[in-house]
Amino acid sequence: MRAAVLVFPGSNCDRDMALALERAGADVSMVWHKETALPDGVDVVGVPGGFSYGDYLRCGAIAANSPICRSLAAHVERGGYAFGICNGFQVLTEMRLLPGALRRNAGLKYICRNVGLRVETRDSAFTSGYEVGQEISVPIAHHDGNYFVDPDTLNLLETSGRIAFRYTDNPNGSLGDIAGVLSENRRVLGMMPHPERASEPSQGGTDGAAFFDGLLGALAEA
Amino acid sequence: MKARVHVMLKNGVLDPQGEAVRHALGALGFDGVEGVRQGKVIELDLAEGTSEAAVHDMCEKLLANTVIESYTVEMS
Repeated sequence: MRAAVLVFPGSNCDRDMALALERAGADVSMVWHKETALPDGVDVVGVPGGFSYGDYLRCGAIAANSPICRSLAAHVERGGYAFGICNGFQVLTEMRLLPGALRRNAGLKYICRNVGLRVETRDSAFTSGYEVGQEISVPIAHHDGNYFVDPDTLNLLETSGRIAFRYTDNPNGSLGDIAGVLSENRRVLGMMPHPERASEPSQGGTDGAAFFDGLLGALAEA
Repeated sequence: MKARVHVMLKNGVLDPQGEAVRHALGALGFDGVEGVRQGKVIELDLAEGTSEAAVHDMCEKLLANTVIESYTVEMS
C-alpha cells in the first residue's frame, strides 16, 4: 500500500503522520507542495496538521491552491483515497473536497489536550478499525476547529451516515459535536483530532492506531 | 487602480471574535453596543483595465470562503 503525505511550509504533523502510516505497514512518500504530481501508484494521500503558510488569509486557504493540491483534487476525482487531519481537514474543506468550514473555536482559545470521540460509522476505510459507538481518546491541538456547515448539508451528512466522529464533550463549538466527516463516496475524510499522535504507547495513548490499521486493512482488501 | 474587498462572516454564522469584542466594550463601560461583527479588508493594487468581475472571481476562488463568508468589492 502506497501512501503520500503532503508537506507545506508550516506543516508540523507530517512526520508523525508518516510514522503512523509506516507503523501500520504503508510505504510512505513525503511530497513537497511545489511538486505537480503525486508519486505513481499512490493509494492514499494524507494532508497533515500544522500551520501551512502561517495560516495566512484563512487556515488552509493558500495550501488548497498549491500545485500539489491540483494533483490531489485529480486523485480524488479518480476515486482515490485521501484524509486530512487538523490543518489537513481545513485544507480539504477549502478545496471543497469536504463540505463545511472550520471557524475560530467558540471559546477563542487554542486548545491542546486529549478529547473523547465517539465513532459514528465504520462504513469507511478510515473508521473500519473501530466499532460504531466506540469511545476513544485522541488529542486535539487547534485554534480553528469549530465546524460549521449549512443546515441542509448538515441534514444530508446526518442522514447519509457521513459523520465519522463526534466529540463526547464538545470542546470548540462545532455544530452537531462534529469532529470528522466523510465525502459522498466515503473515500475522503477530514477530522480535527490527531489519531497519528495516539498511535504508539510512547505518545501516551494508542486509540488512534486503529485508524491507520483499519485504513491499511481496508485498502489491502480493496 | 485599486479594489478594496471587505470580507465578513455571513449573517447567521456566529462570530466568536466579534462577541468577545462586544463583551470587552461592555466591560469598558460602553453601553448600548448590541452587536459586533469582525471582518477583514483586503486592498488590491490592480493593473489598469482589470475588471470588477475579475475581482469577484478572486473573491470566489481565494479571498473569501463563501461557505461561511460574504464579501463586497469597491473599485476606485
